[in-house]
Amino acid sequence: MLELRSVTAGYGAFTALWDVSLRVSAGEAVAVVGPNGAGKTTLMRVISGLIAPRAGELVFEGASIGGRPAYEIVGRGIAHVPEGRRIFPALTVADNLKMGAFLPAARKRYAGSLERVFALFPVLAERQKQRAGSLSGGEQQMLAVGRALMSGPKLILLDEPSMGLAPVMVLRLFDLIRRVRAEGYTILVVEQNVRQVLKLVDRAYLLEVGRIKMEGRADELAEQDFVRKAYVGL
Amino acid sequence: MIDPLFLAEAAINGLLLGGVLALLALGLNLIFGVIDIVWIAYVDLVMICMYAVYFIVQVYGYPIWLGGLASVALGALLGIGVHLLIISPILTSAPVNQLLATGGLLFFLQSFATFLWTTDHRSVRLDLPRLEILDMPISVARLIAFVLAVLVMLGLYLFLTRTYIGTAIRAVSQDREAMSLMGANPQRVYLVTSAVGGAMAGIAAALLIIQYAVHPFFGAAFGPITFMICVLGGLGNMVGAFVASFVMSEVIAISGVIWSTEMGYVIAFVVFIVMIFARPGGLLARRS
Repeated sequence: MLELRSVTAGYGAFTALWDVSLRVSAGEAVAVVGPNGAGKTTLMRVISGLIAPRAGELVFEGASIGGRPAYEIVGRGIAHVPEGRRIFPALTVADNLKMGAFLPAARKRYAGSLERVFALFPVLAERQKQRAGSLSGGEQQMLAVGRALMSGPKLILLDEPSMGLAPVMVLRLFDLIRRVRAEGYTILVVEQNVRQVLKLVDRAYLLEVGRIKMEGRADELAEQDFVRKAYVGL
Repeated sequence: MIDPLFLAEAAINGLLLGGVLALLALGLNLIFGVIDIVWIAYVDLVMICMYAVYFIVQVYGYPIWLGGLASVALGALLGIGVHLLIISPILTSAPVNQLLATGGLLFFLQSFATFLWTTDHRSVRLDLPRLEILDMPISVARLIAFVLAVLVMLGLYLFLTRTYIGTAIRAVSQDREAMSLMGANPQRVYLVTSAVGGAMAGIAAALLIIQYAVHPFFGAAFGPITFMICVLGGLGNMVGAFVASFVMSEVIAISGVIWSTEMGYVIAFVVFIVMIFARPGGLLARRS
C-alpha cells in the first residue's frame, strides 16, 4: 500500500532522515519505534506531505506522492494524526470532526462517517457542543483520531498517540486503536511506549539517528536483547 | 452640568458609530487572525471604495443600492488583488517587511487618490427624512448604516460558524498546518479570507460615504482608531473587536459632548494606553 524507497529528508541544513526504506501492506499495523530525535516525526511528516523529501521515492497505491502538498495527499487516503494532537481548540468537537471531512468526497459521506466515529468514541458524541480545548488529554487524542477517520482514509498515521497521557489513559487508548484497527484501517504508528505498541502491531521498524537499524515481526523485535534493554525496560 | 439629554444623544450617536467601526475592525481582524498580517492600508481600501460609490451615485446618478453593491464587489476584488500581488509573495518573510509592504500600499493609495481626484472633500447626498426621538435629532443615514452593519456582522457570524469554508477559516487561524492535513489548501483559504475582508471594506465604504465626505486622507482619519480597536479587543479576536468598537465609539462620543470632539479622541487614546497596560492581551483575553 505504502512504500518508501531510500527517502532522505530534513529541515534546512539539518537532515533528519537518511536513506529510509519502509513498507506498509494493506490491512497491516506497523510501528516505528526509536528514541527521541530519531526522526520518527519527520518520517510521518514526509509521508503526509508536510515536508518534501530531499531524495528517494514515496509510493502510495502505485502513485508517487513524494513532494505532493499535504492537502492533496489526504485526498488520496492518508490521514495524519499529528504529534501533540493539534485539534482546533476554539472550535467545538462537532466542528473539529466536520473539518476532518473538509474534502468534497468526505463531505458526501459526512453523516455515515460521523456515526462510525461516534460508535468508536461515544464520549465525542456526548461532548459534541463543547470547545475541543476543554476536553481532557485522552479525549483530545480520541478527537484527533476521530477527525482523521472523518476523511475516510485507507491509511492512518499516528504520531505518538500516548504522548502526555496518564498511564491508565494510555492503556485505554491502545485498546481504542486496536478497535480502529479491527474496523479494517491500515495503521502506521510512531511510539515511544515501545512495550505497548509492540503488542498492538504486526511489524515494527527501529529508527535511530535517522536510519532504520532493525526491522521485523513485532513479537520477534520485542525479544531482541538490545531492544528490551534500551526501550522496554525489562 | 451637562443636560442629560445631550449625553443620551451622544450615547446613541456613539452606538451608531460603533456599528460601522465594528465592521471595519472585524474585516481587519479577520484577515489578521487567518493570515497573520496586518493590512495597514485597510481603511485606504475603504477610501477607494468610497470614491467608487461617490462617482456611481453622485456623479453618474445611479441609485445608492447599486453603488453599494458595486462597492462590495470592488472591495472583494481589491482584497484578492492585495493578497495576490502584495501579501502572497512576502508571506514567509520577516514581519517588518510585511508591515512595510502594506504601509507602502497605504502611501500609494493616498497619492493615487490625490493625483486622480485632488484633495477635495466629496460626499454623497441622500434625501432622507428627519427623525426625532424624545426631542433628540437622530441621523437617519447613521441609523441605516448601523442597522446594515449589524446585519452584515450577523451574516459574517453565520458564514464563519455554519459553512465549511467559514469554519475552515477559523480553523486555519488556530492551526494552519493541521488544517492542511484536513485537505484545505491554505492559499485558497487565504484568498477567500482576503476576498471576504475586502468585501467588508466595500460594505463599510458604502455605509461611511452616506455619513462622511471622502478625501484621499480618509484612511488617516479612521485607520488609527480601527487598529486601536483591534488591539484593544485582542488581535484576531472577533468578539473582542466587536465589544471594543462600542467601548471606543462611546468614549469618543460621550467625551466629545462633555469636552470637544478633539478631546474625545485624546481620551480614547488615553483609555487605549491604560488598557494596554492593564490587559495587554485584549479586553476579552483569557488568563493563562
